[in-house]
Amino acid sequence: MLDPLALARHTGSIAILTGRAFVGLVRRPFELGLWTEQMEQIGVRSLGVAGITTIFTGMVLALQTAFSLPSLGVKYYIGAVVAKSLVRELGPVLTALIVGGRIGAGMTAELGTMKVTEQIDALRSMASDPVKKLVVPKLAATLVMLPALTVIGDFLGVLGGLFIAVVQLDVSAGFYINDVTTSLTLQDVASGVGKAFFFAYFIAIIGCYNGLNASGGADGVGRATTDTVVEAAILILVSDFFLTKLFYLVA
Amino acid sequence: MTLPETRREDPAWTADTRPEATDPVLYRIRGLVMSYGEHRVLDDLSFDIRRGECLAVLGRSGSGKSVLLRQLNGLEAPDEGTVEFDGTDLAALSEYDLFPFRRRIAMLFQGGALFDSMDVYENIAFPMREHTDLDDVEIAAKVAEKLGMVHLAGIEAKMPADLSGGMKKRVALARSLALDPTTVLFDEPTTGLDPVTSATIGRLIRSVQTRLGVTSVVVTHDIVLARRVGDRVAFLHEGRFRFLGDWAEAEASEDEVFAGFLAGREEEDDAA
Repeated sequence: MLDPLALARHTGSIAILTGRAFVGLVRRPFELGLWTEQMEQIGVRSLGVAGITTIFTGMVLALQTAFSLPSLGVKYYIGAVVAKSLVRELGPVLTALIVGGRIGAGMTAELGTMKVTEQIDALRSMASDPVKKLVVPKLAATLVMLPALTVIGDFLGVLGGLFIAVVQLDVSAGFYINDVTTSLTLQDVASGVGKAFFFAYFIAIIGCYNGLNASGGADGVGRATTDTVVEAAILILVSDFFLTKLFYLVA
Repeated sequence: MTLPETRREDPAWTADTRPEATDPVLYRIRGLVMSYGEHRVLDDLSFDIRRGECLAVLGRSGSGKSVLLRQLNGLEAPDEGTVEFDGTDLAALSEYDLFPFRRRIAMLFQGGALFDSMDVYENIAFPMREHTDLDDVEIAAKVAEKLGMVHLAGIEAKMPADLSGGMKKRVALARSLALDPTTVLFDEPTTGLDPVTSATIGRLIRSVQTRLGVTSVVVTHDIVLARRVGDRVAFLHEGRFRFLGDWAEAEASEDEVFAGFLAGREEEDDAA
């Protein structure tokens, strides 16, 4: 059962960790070596899974659009439908869910193992700040790489839609591309990328918080990792609703 | 006296090696109380640790020895009481204000707590990279020196996963000495090790003590180790010291619980 007191305590602790992490993000020394290492880990190694997710989503979108309402001739709007849906909504959300599951769980498993084997305490005992050394590079890398992956994923998804449009639906490539470019606005892209920034923060902070607070050996690390995947997914989906409203209001 | 390179510039580091540091007491612990829920682990504990001595803290598993040790470098703050280190109450300091003190107070963890993602060299070099201006050549020389001190020269490239339990603890000891600390805290240094390796660890602790002149606190339930390394011995039981004194006094102690612990006798509630 949901314990409101525990929820308030967790929220407060996450807020404190957020404050310390963002202060660490802008305070010298910048551990750029650690940041780039994490960017490689979080971004480059997630490229495959993000690409596959969005390519096939683009292809499915194209098919569904054409087959759902054939009598209305919607296949001639496939480019617009695929691009708008992907860039505004499905690109950031699906990339965050898939990549977030991977990297958030990885963060919790890594930090949780360090916690239960006293490596975090060892860092503290050597006068090093675990937030600065471990959380800040992960947060920085996620804030940079998730929006980047989202943009790449959007592009690949639109290409997936193009493939289906040309090969299966007899829509010319030029027509599809023209439809995409005329329908997509800067607000669409800004909305999608803006969401990705928020999702990146949720994934990194939940992943690190659960890792740093893991206890009870391997079993505890396993539980913390599962919690991260579930909590990050819920936060992404719930916040997506409010962010969508917010971005429409701002636009 | 020539101070080691790593300490020379920082007044906080030199505080207990400076000529005017004449106070024979390094730690003054007063009224320490620590509870987890209803369980009072440390109960109004007060004692001193003398400069340059090795204090062995004995106690049964779960008696609060490790909790006590973690108060001595501020890893945990007590519910009540003061932990005065060289005139400063560590219990009153924030995490960041504790950093200068933690550079002087090294800690050896029960499982070694080596960083899995780094090889032996990087593990030992880590504190030097963090807190000194030493260049790579100087760091390499220091890493080799520290590994030599624990009789593990030449294993720089090994990963922690490739080391035995005893080797991990020796590498962890080398890492804890990397910043030339003035105080070393040992948390159950022989737990899980065979008697021969335990004897090796005991000899190393003693040699660190005599060669570097550090103040050490060793918490353990290993009586053989405590006899080997401890100048004085304390016995923690139900949150308080049932005994604190030298070994001659310990042998003559008439405290039933302590004498029973030394003799390896079960207490009534264990036997029941």
